[in-house]
Amino acid sequence: MTDRTNTKGRTGTAERAVRRLEDALRRGASGERGASERDSSAPAAGAAQRLSARIAAEGFADVTYAPADSPFGPLLLAATSRGLVRVGFPEEDTDTVLERLARRISPRIIESSVSLAPVQRELDEYFSGRRRSFALALDWTLVGPFARRVLKATAAIPYGGVLSYGEVAADAGSPGGSRAAGNALGSNPIPILIPCHRVVRNGGALGGYGGGPDRKRWLLELEGASPAPATRGRR
Amino acid sequence: MSRDLPPFQRFLDAHRDIVWRFLVSSVGPVDAEDCFQETFIAALRAYPRLRADSNVRAWVLTIAHRKSLDAHRARARRALPVEDPAAVDGRSASAPPERDATLWDAVDGLPARQRSAVVLRYVADLPHRDIAAAIGCSEEAARRSLHEGLSKLRKVVSA
Repeated sequence: MTDRTNTKGRTGTAERAVRRLEDALRRGASGERGASERDSSAPAAGAAQRLSARIAAEGFADVTYAPADSPFGPLLLAATSRGLVRVGFPEEDTDTVLERLARRISPRIIESSVSLAPVQRELDEYFSGRRRSFALALDWTLVGPFARRVLKATAAIPYGGVLSYGEVAADAGSPGGSRAAGNALGSNPIPILIPCHRVVRNGGALGGYGGGPDRKRWLLELEGASPAPATRGRR
Repeated sequence: MSRDLPPFQRFLDAHRDIVWRFLVSSVGPVDAEDCFQETFIAALRAYPRLRADSNVRAWVLTIAHRKSLDAHRARARRALPVEDPAAVDGRSASAPPERDATLWDAVDGLPARQRSAVVLRYVADLPHRDIAAAIGCSEEAARRSLHEGLSKLRKVVSA
């Protein structure tokens, strides 16, 4: 390497030498002299993206998520190894949704559009009217026992059909529990795919919807459904 | 009271730059890619057991420090006795031209703890307390390693 040189010198010289050394070290080994914060973080961003892709591909994460295009704006999709676990509407804050998933399922959460690509594909087909039922696996982890009965009954409503809150409650084994059924529907973590938009009020009123009544109407029109539930014989 | 761990992706977003800078300076841009992946995959495995109120940045840099030691050991095993160490040193071979090659070869040649202390201090901009946490020693020992490392480097660059 280099010769051993006099490092005592005069104090000023020594201090300048230390400062020069410190400056050189601060510039880092990547040689980005005077580069902006953004420039110097570009390689790290690339490495982080390759890392996320690998984590998702090798199944190291417990939850993967990605934004998905929809006529409503970007939806948030999240999935586990069991299936799709959460669909968030555009108004929902991504960080809030992810933090809740971290608490309820696992903090091993990574972004991966590749993992969610099959969901995006089926959603595209559904929104363009080419798909009437979803073939995707769903993960019901976020749904409690009562809500699960209600949402399972809801999942059985065919494309283009509607039921009233009371009818869904009855199907869930709780006749007279239409208010409780409404709450369960309101807590649906996987809207659109669990079609809570197909549950409406008696007499043709739409009733509430987590994504807002306009979207409920839009989805029912897409499916060619009439909002008035057909009255049917109860068991 | 305990806070919740953020989703791992947010943890990655928050610390990827500092870990990348540390690794590029410790092992060079070629080995940095592998070390970066191994650091965060190891972090992901242990992540649910991490306490949210612990020093998360020092924790991930501890892992990066260990991975950089592995890379140096692997490189030493690979290295052949040749005239020019740059010929077998992935860092020197591919480093951008503006890099102060003499200085970073000297950093490369420092004992492991001194090298990490220098890089953590000046590249990752860590306080002594965090350097100590990352390399697993007392704050006093970290200060000493940093000082010894700097003294050696100063002899090289002032030559």
